[in-house]
Amino acid sequence: MRRVVSLFLPHWSTDRLRRKTGKPRPDGGTPARPLVTAIPDHGRRIVAAVDGDARSLGIRPGMTITKARAFAPELDVVDAEPEADFEGLRRLALWAGARYSPVVAPDPPDGLWLDITGCAARFSTERALLKDLHRRTAAFGLALQIAVADTAGCAHAVARYVPAGRPVTIEPGAHRKAMALLPIRALRLPPADVEALRKLGFERIEQLIGAPRGPLAKRFGRELHRRLDQAFGTLPEPIEPIFPDQLPRARRGFMEPIATAEAFAQVIGDLARDIADQLGRLGKGARRLDCYFHRVDGHVQAIRVGTAAPSRDPKHLAKLLSAKIETIEPGLGIEAMTLVAPLIEVQALRQGESLESLTRRGPDLPALVDALANRFGQRSLHRTMPQAGAMPERSVAITPALRQADGAAWSDELPRPSRMLARPEPVDVIALLPDDAPRLFVWRRKRYRVTQGDGPERLQGEWWRDGGIEGETPLSVRDYYQVETEAGGRYWLFRLGDGVHAATGSMRWFIHGAFA
Amino acid sequence: MRHPAVLADLRAKIARIEGVCARHEVLPFGVEAVDSRLPGGGIATGALHEIAGSPELADDASATIFLAGILARTEGTVFWCLRWHDLFAPALHLAGLHPDRVIHVEAGSDTNVLLAMEECLRHPGLAGVVGEVSKYSTTASKRLQLAAETSGVPAFVFRRTCKADQAAEGTAAVTRWRITASPSEDLGIPSLGRPRWRVALERVRGGNPHFWILEGCDATGRIALPAALVDRPAAQEDRQAAA
Repeated sequence: MRRVVSLFLPHWSTDRLRRKTGKPRPDGGTPARPLVTAIPDHGRRIVAAVDGDARSLGIRPGMTITKARAFAPELDVVDAEPEADFEGLRRLALWAGARYSPVVAPDPPDGLWLDITGCAARFSTERALLKDLHRRTAAFGLALQIAVADTAGCAHAVARYVPAGRPVTIEPGAHRKAMALLPIRALRLPPADVEALRKLGFERIEQLIGAPRGPLAKRFGRELHRRLDQAFGTLPEPIEPIFPDQLPRARRGFMEPIATAEAFAQVIGDLARDIADQLGRLGKGARRLDCYFHRVDGHVQAIRVGTAAPSRDPKHLAKLLSAKIETIEPGLGIEAMTLVAPLIEVQALRQGESLESLTRRGPDLPALVDALANRFGQRSLHRTMPQAGAMPERSVAITPALRQADGAAWSDELPRPSRMLARPEPVDVIALLPDDAPRLFVWRRKRYRVTQGDGPERLQGEWWRDGGIEGETPLSVRDYYQVETEAGGRYWLFRLGDGVHAATGSMRWFIHGAFA
Repeated sequence: MRHPAVLADLRAKIARIEGVCARHEVLPFGVEAVDSRLPGGGIATGALHEIAGSPELADDASATIFLAGILARTEGTVFWCLRWHDLFAPALHLAGLHPDRVIHVEAGSDTNVLLAMEECLRHPGLAGVVGEVSKYSTTASKRLQLAAETSGVPAFVFRRTCKADQAAEGTAAVTRWRITASPSEDLGIPSLGRPRWRVALERVRGGNPHFWILEGCDATGRIALPAALVDRPAAQEDRQAAA
């Protein structure tokens, strides 16, 4: 299922100027003058773009500057730079392409397309991806609206005509319903056509859906229904991705479209060899690869793989890419494939590298780690190492799976459970003496009679975290007991608080794990 | 007169015919009573093994350390594929499995854990591959067994919160173990002794089921038979002296 994000930047030109010149933003606290850009038009100057303030004063693009000044005498007028606007948009697209999806394109004058099909997994969910995109774009100082839908047309329309403070998600298959109530303008038609349709009484897209096609096509040409069909997904609307210049890139075009996994794997192998040669000449290795599949109907699909360490081993790279072939929907066939390495790092040729790999007998860990990371996400693989933290749950740090081993480990002295609850669960306890191990506890409605116990091991909380002294910082003292039940099971229980200072804890009992 | 060498040779031949640990080494426990019950004298590498605790957290914890002990006595990298997020690495270290040797794979679901295991088992030279799942099919077990056989890497399916009657369905695993906690020896002082487990070998290809009461892993992952005959009279004497 295709998922397309439309990123709409309603005040792109002015936001960009403000960002470039460091002028305060309207919401920056200091009163800013409304800003517009101007272009010459038949000997006078008219407004090309407005910022939020100017818009709220009633200034609209297309007005003469003279008229605009009548609305706001303090108006700040800057010459429009359409080329710089587009260049900025391109840079924004490259940034988004590196972060979110290989298929990103500028949507001039004031938007971006992102085809995020299959890309949400890196952010765990689509919503998380959109939230991240929204947050980071807003942090650039840009006003924005985001929508995601199955088709580019629908996302484009919703982003522009559904004002919402946060990303709008059109669920898969719901694009027809979402479009129905939007105005005709949302279809990206020439303004004259929109005006003519309005005169005929068409206001909303649902009216167009119901109307017979023939007469409308006669009056407005094919454009009208092309836009409708694109928005509803019956006509493809490709997004041609942009890549940064100067990157290792290899391309193969085919006389006949190809569509089988075997053929793709073959081509990927060839492309990987080309890329590896280029990387070798640069002395670099790829950390990320994007492989684009250009479909005959103009759609571009892409697969993206990453490596844990820079690599220019064509076999390895080809294998990583081939593992994702199944995500490609070839449709009527693929007519060209492009392989780009957007992220490369220096990979020094170590002396005796080839000798070592011949003599070294052992698993090829980088290959395995990459294969797993590309399947389950880079974050799902890790090793652990000790971390200075007083509480057991903070004593384990996570490190990359391929980090150089340094031999660090935890103390051998203290007993630690092999299974830890994600968060301690409260238990009811019968204990005889204040400092004795419990004699009985009830956990998850089951009674455990304790036969023997060890403890307490007192763990002091990291009181410096809250900046207070120990006695004043709540929840900071735990007395841990290792207890054995009648059946022989061993559990880790603790009592919160030191029993002297009320602020150290409530003296309640919790279970935190189980031992072997 | 028995000739151990001849017997061992014969056993190896039979094992080869039966297809049990035909081509790979074994990892002995170093406890004669256990090793002698296993074809080849230990946990076969290049094969799939199943380990279960019980729905009790403490039993799963015991099974974890039993497994960590086996892996502690190998060399190389261990891949531990997880669905649950309750594995606590310091305890593995206490059983002799150093954190530098273990790569955790948080695969998320049973299906993904099995996929990750299979991917790992394609790489010869790993010390072991562990996958924590709640359920898996006979087909999946066959695939894992085949992959393990090809690479020579020992594979362990750790069935989490597995009830005693749940393991009835057939799998291709070479051995199936169930580890449950067992009351430890009363030291006579308010302190805990070495943990004890009821280690049940529920199924073994080319052998018979059996169970032992064993003492848990030491710092090098070694389990032991309780030294009951040696220790108990002494302990009783102590108690009498104390009384």
